[in-house]
Amino acid sequence: MARELRPGQRKYSPGSIAADAVLVGWFIFSLFPLVWMVLLSLKSRSEQISTYFAFTPTLENFGTVLSDEGTRLTSVNFTEALLTSVINCVGAVIVSLVIGIPAAYAAGRWKYRGSNDVMFTILSFRFAPELMVIVPLFIIYNQLGIFDTNVGMIWVLQLVTMPLIVWILRSYFQDMPAELEQAALLDGYSRKRAFLMVALPLVRPGIAASALLAFIFAWNNYVFPLILTGSRHTPVTVAVTRFLGGGGQAYYNLTAAAALIAALPPLLVALSIQRYLVRGLSFGAVKS
Amino acid sequence: MTLTATPGKLERTGPPVRAVPPWRRKLRPYVLSLPAVFLIVGILYPFGLGVYYVFLNYAAQVPRPVLIGLANLTGVLSDAAFWNSAGFTVLYAVLATVIETVLGVGIALLLNRSSLIGRVLERVLILPLMIAPVIAGVIWGLMFNPQFGVLNYVLGLGSTFDWFSESRAMWSALLVDAWIFTPFVAVLVLAGIRSLPREPFEASEVDGASWFTMFRRLMLPMIWPYILVAVIFRFMDSLKVFDHVFVLTAGGPGDATRTLQIGAYQNSIITFKYSIGSTYMFLLWVIVFLTARYLVGVLGKAQRRAAGTEA
Repeated sequence: MARELRPGQRKYSPGSIAADAVLVGWFIFSLFPLVWMVLLSLKSRSEQISTYFAFTPTLENFGTVLSDEGTRLTSVNFTEALLTSVINCVGAVIVSLVIGIPAAYAAGRWKYRGSNDVMFTILSFRFAPELMVIVPLFIIYNQLGIFDTNVGMIWVLQLVTMPLIVWILRSYFQDMPAELEQAALLDGYSRKRAFLMVALPLVRPGIAASALLAFIFAWNNYVFPLILTGSRHTPVTVAVTRFLGGGGQAYYNLTAAAALIAALPPLLVALSIQRYLVRGLSFGAVKS
Repeated sequence: MTLTATPGKLERTGPPVRAVPPWRRKLRPYVLSLPAVFLIVGILYPFGLGVYYVFLNYAAQVPRPVLIGLANLTGVLSDAAFWNSAGFTVLYAVLATVIETVLGVGIALLLNRSSLIGRVLERVLILPLMIAPVIAGVIWGLMFNPQFGVLNYVLGLGSTFDWFSESRAMWSALLVDAWIFTPFVAVLVLAGIRSLPREPFEASEVDGASWFTMFRRLMLPMIWPYILVAVIFRFMDSLKVFDHVFVLTAGGPGDATRTLQIGAYQNSIITFKYSIGSTYMFLLWVIVFLTARYLVGVLGKAQRRAAGTEA
């Protein structure tokens, strides 16, 4: 069956072979570093710098990275870093959802004075240079005693998760016809019940997508924990870089294994929400 | 999607309706936004403090900082290192945005054709974008290594080709930047192309327009707002680039790739000159703010044009 052509699409022509060739080129460029990371993570210590593509693969690097052996070799406790990342990111997303959903609903449903100011202030966090806030926070955290703690990280990660969740969800609430809720109100539902029973279930895909996307960006964040954590509550992004300089020895295979483990959660989450990704990445500006 | 609470019956099912006084109704959005406002204050406070540092002589070596007026601003603005840093940051942001936009639009157009390869590639297109930029930096750093790095081997460059020499460091960083962020532009523009109506394109085909004319006169104006959204995100983010450049070069060699955020990091965290670092960030924030206002204005105009409400 011939597929109906979309705008700008053409049937096969000599040029289309060239076009496919270009795509394959990008495909190779795009995936090669990922393949290389996997290959390096499967090499033994003796083969890590002596071979390129021919080697005897081993899984022991992953065991080393996740055990005390890795900590002894590189002074990085990667298991703890994974746990820290999970706690920080899940915590930050939950806080953002609890605070952000009501605000997104208010901004999506009503026009009120100051609404745009609140929304654009939240959005500006996304574009503000991080170090503008980090330097004062570094000093405040030391005074409050929350330097190098999960609480401190969850607070500062709001800069990442909050704008994302509020802006995406506002676009979902705006798209939802107000009539649905009004019908529930006419039926005698209170405002609160109309929100909980009608509005909230309708935007559930938006909530899931924005929460998962916020999780990815919180997980991938580097500059906040680089400065605001020390050695006890380091997340994976900072921990991976420490493998490079660990103990004056080169453990490139362990670095690659750690990088692979750290990259897997966001990659798996991203593939699961691919349908909603464009809307999320553009903060609700592009709907697909 | 199921609408579980859609009223389908004629009789009321809930409790009797209570009249809500209008003042409560008016207050409702404010009450709902209150927690967010608290959080905003919690973030604006350190931000304000950062601006305050600009006017202090605050550093770890100065236990009792005092107000020194505009001395930091004039000092930084007359410092060649700052201008070097600012110039590099803007150059990097412009180059990254242009390269990624051109490549991203190109890939989106290629993916828009229905080809088997395109459909496979579309699934994995966003993978580099979803990896932490710092981890991308670590992987590329290992590949760039002149002795054992795989790039020199695969490309046949020998074991002395240095990807981070003074003249090449920026381009190597841009290569990694393009690897990570070109998919961002591509997926946004692709979504834009797919949302376009078919009729104008069918009409242009009937009229016998060439592909290039169709693209130039029809598609480009229609997807321009999507391209602009991508450009805004990429340019603003590139102005404050830190993660992958920092792990790849730490601002070096010398200060060849010292972006403003890396400059602020060196001043505030390495040498503990908090006020100088904050001045760097304040000036970067001014650049970001002014660019954002300008670009958002351009976007609004383009959206109105694409919607046909403005010639």
